[in-house]
Amino acid sequence: MLIRILILLILSPCATNAQHSKGMLSIGFHHYINDELLKLDSALYKNEFGQPFSISNFKYYISNIELINEDGQTIHSKDYFLINEDEPNSKELILSSIPEGKYSSIRFMIGVDSLHNCSGAQSGALDPMNVMFWTWNTGYIFMKLEGKSSVSVATGKTIEYHIGGYKEPSNCIRTVALKLDSLITITSKQTSNIRIKVNVSEVLKTPTTIDFSKLPTVNDSKNATLIADNYMDMFSIQK
Amino acid sequence: MELKIPKGFPKPNYDFTKNPLNVENFELGRKLFYDPILSKDSSTSCESCHQRVAAFAHIDHALSHGIDGKIGTRNVPSLQNMIWKDTYMWDGGVNNLEVQPLNPITSPIEMNETLLNIISKLRANKEYSAFFKKIYKDTVINSERILKSLAQFTGLMISANSRFDKYIAGKDTFSVQEKSGLNIFRTKCASCHKEPLFTDNTYRNNGILTDTSLNDIGRGKITNLETDNYKFKVPSLRNIEMTFPYMHDGRYKKLKDVLNHYSSSNHTATTDEEIKKIGELSDKERKDIIAFLLTLTDKEFLSDKRFTDPNRK
Repeated sequence: MLIRILILLILSPCATNAQHSKGMLSIGFHHYINDELLKLDSALYKNEFGQPFSISNFKYYISNIELINEDGQTIHSKDYFLINEDEPNSKELILSSIPEGKYSSIRFMIGVDSLHNCSGAQSGALDPMNVMFWTWNTGYIFMKLEGKSSVSVATGKTIEYHIGGYKEPSNCIRTVALKLDSLITITSKQTSNIRIKVNVSEVLKTPTTIDFSKLPTVNDSKNATLIADNYMDMFSIQK
Repeated sequence: MELKIPKGFPKPNYDFTKNPLNVENFELGRKLFYDPILSKDSSTSCESCHQRVAAFAHIDHALSHGIDGKIGTRNVPSLQNMIWKDTYMWDGGVNNLEVQPLNPITSPIEMNETLLNIISKLRANKEYSAFFKKIYKDTVINSERILKSLAQFTGLMISANSRFDKYIAGKDTFSVQEKSGLNIFRTKCASCHKEPLFTDNTYRNNGILTDTSLNDIGRGKITNLETDNYKFKVPSLRNIEMTFPYMHDGRYKKLKDVLNHYSSSNHTATTDEEIKKIGELSDKERKDIIAFLLTLTDKEFLSDKRFTDPNRK
């Protein structure tokens, strides 16, 4: 027993030293329509059919962020983030307590995992007060894109895509994996940065080009996966 | 405070370990449940439609009544044994007890209020701000705390002390008619209204013709599956004596009307197979079943002082 205690006493300082120092990472989400920065309300854009549209609201959840280091090890973040074009601070996520090292790629979920769709009352980004929540058919709205188009057949010429759903066959949870152009170094000395370009026009195209005169709104599981498949490729690493 | 699982009841679906039961949260939930502050014009509380004497259903109201005299599209369900449900609402659209109140609170035809307004009203209210501070030792009032407190109150609404329960436990006796009713019930009704909760938590088309003024497709609206259209959650039959009128749209005032329906051979192609099997019930069989159903009234639950309006002590 005494010997064991002695060993512990000798080992414990070493163990502390061996622990990796932690660093911080800032991930910026920059919203574009193709190569122009997104402007809410005032700018008029055209979809692939040449139909004009404007955007008044663009929000989405990012969760289950994972960083993969050069040895293939994965760091998982338990934080949930609600990104809102209209709130500049929401577009920069800060991950803390990342072990120092070199990382080669990032993965994240667009939306909220099924567990947290079934977990009852939650706070922070997952507070139903954020109006990203369906009360009548429980679940988070993973992405909202709202605006107007003169060809829309919906009331008030609106276009409105509220996409969510964690159950098959309308599961809209999508995971994005992005390889970094070069290894990013996390150190305790400074906050590192990743810039992600988000091409919002991808919500409305590839693989399915959305015709505002035929599908001006999506508000439940009908057609939701079409839009989720569209927007899952809207992210790219910005140089 | 602790959860006592009645003998013979299964493991609950709702997990109190993530919302640990305590008297203060329960009492906060109780106060909120009875307080019209949760509605836009302070006219309507949860209790306006969920009345204790009716096992928290709405006595003699076919469809729900909300703010400004607005009428809803479905019959108010009773609140009892909530923690054994896997989903909530007639269509099962809600997956957790804690988020269920968001529906009546925000519905324009029920309480028509927003969480933002409720929180600012509660913050401005000295009694509530003191109550939250006492529980949480800080000044935060948020939706999670409100909803979890309500879940403690509604989650403890447990009905398991009816004459039926006492009969099963060997502590009460049934008349010949009640025994006969129980036997017929077990052969004809129990495949959907399964003991001890008297529901199997499934959705079924019970064969009543759709009210075209409501055209409520029920479960189909949640799943978008045509095969789920016109299906509704099988309700528990506990305290059924008090929860009239019956069916998802409250169309039947009396239990004998319900039995007339299930006894008829007038079914449609989409009527649930279990209901088609019931066949014609004789007058005596119907009366015996009703005599049995009345044994499901739980007087202890209906008069439990823990669930009364805390403002009218």
